[in-house]
Amino acid sequence: MSLEGKVALVTGASRGIGQAIAHALAAQGAIVVGTATSDSGAQSIAEKLAAAGFQGTGMKLDVRDPASVAEVLERIAADYAAPAILVNNAGITADNLLMRMKDDEWDDVISTNLGSVYRLSKAVLRGMTKARWGRIICISSVVAGMGNGGQSNYAAAKAGMEGFARALAREVGSRGITVNAVAPGFIDTDMTRALNDNQRSVMLEQIPLGRLGQAEEIAAVVAFLAGEPAGYITGATIPVNGGMFMG
Amino acid sequence: MSTIEERVKKIVAEQLGVKEEEVTNSASFVEDLGADSLDTVELVMALEEEFETEIPDEEAEKITTVQEAINYVNSHQK
Repeated sequence: MSLEGKVALVTGASRGIGQAIAHALAAQGAIVVGTATSDSGAQSIAEKLAAAGFQGTGMKLDVRDPASVAEVLERIAADYAAPAILVNNAGITADNLLMRMKDDEWDDVISTNLGSVYRLSKAVLRGMTKARWGRIICISSVVAGMGNGGQSNYAAAKAGMEGFARALAREVGSRGITVNAVAPGFIDTDMTRALNDNQRSVMLEQIPLGRLGQAEEIAAVVAFLAGEPAGYITGATIPVNGGMFMG
Repeated sequence: MSTIEERVKKIVAEQLGVKEEEVTNSASFVEDLGADSLDTVELVMALEEEFETEIPDEEAEKITTVQEAINYVNSHQK
């Protein structure tokens, strides 16, 4: 298996896309550390990995807090080894029209979705530069490219993530580290299940493939980018959106 | 037991992929030894690990030659 023995850190891995990514990397032989915001979330990640016969565990992490990031990285290094793969997946939404948006709705989304990418990527780079190998993969969104009313905070964070990936790709390319983004469209998760029938049918009309994506279809692309065969891809954003937005 | 000077030079040679004889005291990492900006960051990290010390960013920026690295380590040895 291509990721045999490599440590992969996946943020926001307790459900949805993050969980699917954690399992897809583990299926390739990676030792996966999935993070969640609560102890019960971390526990559930560990149990699901174990139930599937995979190596790895769950850890509690607040991606907005530098001390929490430092603590988790220390634990990973002590229990396993420095991460060779980082998947920046943790994210939240706090939708509102800009004219009604509160400062905390803006700040929370930027800090959780984009500040986290800065903090986590910085924290794993020492190990990756020493190893002369690394994979940093950011989970962006179709919204970064096409925009979406009510999501100026979320779109800004996700587009920021893609710019970050391109800049860092240039910085660390000489060390065998690739930095990429994957931009999912509408995926069948708790977030989209909350939509009503009308919102759902309007959404499906925009998608040439006529259906929502599955979390596993995002995870498969992430697993590919994490592997050796993707070694010549860096600074890229891979759209996985059923054709709803073709750049 | 190697001296601090020998240990610094060994790390510089390893980190920058140059021969130890090129690593003279007056050599500048960037101008003489071909380091780029990321190399110098990694070099400081390697020195931190070898000498079990933490070099603050504002100090690290001032370490541009082999002799400056030796001086820093000498003056910060525990």
